[in-house]
Amino acid sequence: MTDKMHVKLKVNGENREFLAEPRELLIYALREHLNITGPHVGCDTSHCGACTVTLNGKSVKSCTMFVAQANGAEITTIEGLGNPAALHVLQENFREHHGLQCGFCTPGMITRAAKLLEENPNPTEAEVRFGIAGNICRCTGYQNIVKSILAAADEMNAAKEAAQ
Amino acid sequence: MNDMTPERDERAANLKGLGCSRKRVEDARFTQGKGNYVDDIKLPGMLHGDFVRSPYAHARVVSVDKEAALALPGVVAVLTAEDLAPLGLHWMPTLAGDKQMVLADGKVLFQGQEVAFVVAEDRYIAADAVELVEVEYEELPVLTDPFEALKSDVVLREDLAGQTEGAHGPRKHHNHIFTWEQGDETGTNQVIDNADVVATESMYYHRTHPCPLETCGAVASMDAVNGKLTIYGTFQAPHAVRTVVSLISGIEEHNIRVVSPDIGGGFGNKVGVYPGYVCSVVASIVTGRPVKWVEDRMENLMSTAFARDYWMTGKISATKEGKITGLHCQVTADHGGFDACADPTKFPAGFMNICTGSYDIPTAYLSVDGVYTNKAPGGVSYRCSFRVTEAVYFIERMIEVLAIEMDMDAADLRRINFIKKEQFPYQSALGWEYDSGDYHRAWDKVMEAVDYKGLRKEQAERVEAFKRGETRTLMGIGLCHFTEIVGAGPVKNCDILGLGMFDSCEIRIHPTGSAIARLGTISQGQGHATTFAQILATEIGLPADSITIEEGDTDTAPYGLGTYGSRSTPVAGAATAMAGRKIRAKAQMIAAYLLEVHDNDVEFDVDRFVVKGAPERFKTMKEIAFASYNQAIPGLEPGLEAVSYYDPPNMTYPFGAYVCVMDIDVDTGVPEVRRFYALDDCGTRINPMIIEGQIHGGLTEALAVALGQEIAYDEQGNVKTGTLMDFFLPTAWEVPNYETDHTVTPSPHHPIGAKGVGESPHVGGVPCFSNAVHDAFRPFGLRQTNMPHDHWRIWQTANRLGLHD
Repeated sequence: MTDKMHVKLKVNGENREFLAEPRELLIYALREHLNITGPHVGCDTSHCGACTVTLNGKSVKSCTMFVAQANGAEITTIEGLGNPAALHVLQENFREHHGLQCGFCTPGMITRAAKLLEENPNPTEAEVRFGIAGNICRCTGYQNIVKSILAAADEMNAAKEAAQ
Repeated sequence: MNDMTPERDERAANLKGLGCSRKRVEDARFTQGKGNYVDDIKLPGMLHGDFVRSPYAHARVVSVDKEAALALPGVVAVLTAEDLAPLGLHWMPTLAGDKQMVLADGKVLFQGQEVAFVVAEDRYIAADAVELVEVEYEELPVLTDPFEALKSDVVLREDLAGQTEGAHGPRKHHNHIFTWEQGDETGTNQVIDNADVVATESMYYHRTHPCPLETCGAVASMDAVNGKLTIYGTFQAPHAVRTVVSLISGIEEHNIRVVSPDIGGGFGNKVGVYPGYVCSVVASIVTGRPVKWVEDRMENLMSTAFARDYWMTGKISATKEGKITGLHCQVTADHGGFDACADPTKFPAGFMNICTGSYDIPTAYLSVDGVYTNKAPGGVSYRCSFRVTEAVYFIERMIEVLAIEMDMDAADLRRINFIKKEQFPYQSALGWEYDSGDYHRAWDKVMEAVDYKGLRKEQAERVEAFKRGETRTLMGIGLCHFTEIVGAGPVKNCDILGLGMFDSCEIRIHPTGSAIARLGTISQGQGHATTFAQILATEIGLPADSITIEEGDTDTAPYGLGTYGSRSTPVAGAATAMAGRKIRAKAQMIAAYLLEVHDNDVEFDVDRFVVKGAPERFKTMKEIAFASYNQAIPGLEPGLEAVSYYDPPNMTYPFGAYVCVMDIDVDTGVPEVRRFYALDDCGTRINPMIIEGQIHGGLTEALAVALGQEIAYDEQGNVKTGTLMDFFLPTAWEVPNYETDHTVTPSPHHPIGAKGVGESPHVGGVPCFSNAVHDAFRPFGLRQTNMPHDHWRIWQTANRLGLHD
């Protein structure tokens, strides 16, 4: 065991502070120190993307980053994307288009998709498929996930147009 | 009455019952990160367990020194077989009638085997302590080939030395487990010996792994004050786990509560009982604190639940017109170090005897030999009913090989051999009674949809172009017509550890007309909370949105054998309908009382009982529900509840017709699926949206298995595919869009005619993808090449056929 360090993170808009060993992975810090259990651990080797969060504006696999590396960062997890009264457009569309089954990959998948649509608000199907290729789903075969993301993009674009 | 029609339709639509693409009620929590999976559970004072595992595939354990580990601050206990032995828990019974070491008892039989269990204050300390446990091993010769194992002097299972009788009959060799025979050997041999045409082929269905995104895990909590043990875990069969834990621990069953919370995919991986579960329980009893164990991905791939690993040799005979006359199948099954296959007791090779497939084959014989090797135990049904993937792969390859032998079109050969619609119920040569089917209709529909003749023409032109040097891409047309056997099963021949494979549903109607129904199954993503409410909505006339479905808590749910082998809809779905009908029967009496007519003078109409001939006089189910709590009705108990334990009279037999069109780059070995057309017939369709989702998912897992996914070992028994770096899980980038279609041939014996669908696409998909690869090379003389057809193997095939010359 190593000495614990004082970690400060801004998670889903809230400032959080806790003591953690520097070697702790960010995913465990989120899940076990902060009880943010939306992001999951699926592989430990950064292949599956179940642990995806947005960190300082980028999609990051939180199982592949030490909490020490994340110190001071601004993080958004699935819990920060919407709330029961106002779901994120992606959350609505995943339900609408059956873009999930067991739900284990879903938090990482939606978090990644949200970032993807920020980076590219009008993606082609191929761009969506490439853009989420770091997130593995074992249940859906991706077809309905892709459909959900494209539908969300359309809805977000339509809302933007209406606002202009 | 015409005026009533729209209103009736509207009322039916409001129920969101059978046949409606109802959106899933589960999704609200999953999309918001509020699922509750095992690793999300955190109990006060909870400790973390982690395993010391064997780096060797076969070795004697000379000593285990745990002093250094115990000295590490934060380590609470280190358990070895020696510690478990006084409790009789160092070995445990397997589902297959064998026994398995919980912790290494003198030797290890596969790489990754559990040797010691470290319990510490957090997962990091546990992982540190694992490194500090000093184990001295003495290496033994390793057997990873079942054929070698059957010849070797090396005794893998010394605990069974001298035992010539196993759980499934005589053992022929010290590394032999069982021989399982079905059908008529002499008759089949005679037919084959005298046939016009015989095709013979051998194939290996490689070892793979279900690999759900969530690994296996458990949290055990022994309450020493009340003597109650609670286990949260990734269990596809929570009730069976409670019984097993009671039997092996001696804790009375009423003092054990097993909870399967949300499960992040199962696919068969979470059917078995693993050492991690047992060790968590023991550790909680020993330490008096809750203990969590969650395996990491490498542990998952190395130690819990492999699938397949069948070496199959077939002979198929036919008349010169192509009518199949006989089928002979011999299997050597690699079961690893312990026989922990998850099959019903009387079926040590599962339902491999469905290997006559969709065809009317008058004579057949099957023989399966189970063998011990130095590989992980498991043998689960990975997204299939017991060994059905192996059976369907076998017959669908044998059909292709026979077509080559006879120089026939493989679609034509299938068509002339399908069991005809009028032959159902059909008695197969290997002992099954197929309930219903209309294979010709399904097949013809698909052939037309894909323009099969046009595809063959295009393929022939491509071959010519290839020969002329104008293209380096070949085209394969993969065909498959599969028949599944699911819904295990009738108690008369299906049990697991003596527990009959019925299932159950208990319904309580609340005074205000909403309901809760509990079942003996457990969803792992299939959407039970959505679909079972739909079955019930149609049966009892209350909206699906007013019905809560609950599963997985053995303290509240009725006993059932769980979810695997596509058994939830065929068995628990049937129980749900039957329990609903009991509710309706009582509701009828209440309605008659309220309407002051005889019971027989009212009839059910969507969401109400109406007086026959006077539909304006009715009581809605909502009114009836309240009356059951509020009226003293002579001769009737208050309340409105029902329970049904359903013992299915037969299995169900879903089927489907698939076509895959694939382009293969001969120089890189890269296959590209251009089109995949999947027609499924799962009988009555409960929720088309969910069915389609199941098809997409199953086909993708089939693509994985056919085109790259495997658990491979080297000669020393090292697992070569222990992380997702090496173990192929397709990403969105590698997966095509699928076209789905259906026919509906209801099951005649199921209360609502449903057959189950979750596994069909995997069962039918694997041979379809594989046949597409084979078909691309058929014009160049390829007859059989083993899966997985990854780029390297496809390239080798092309090379072997001289296509790089």
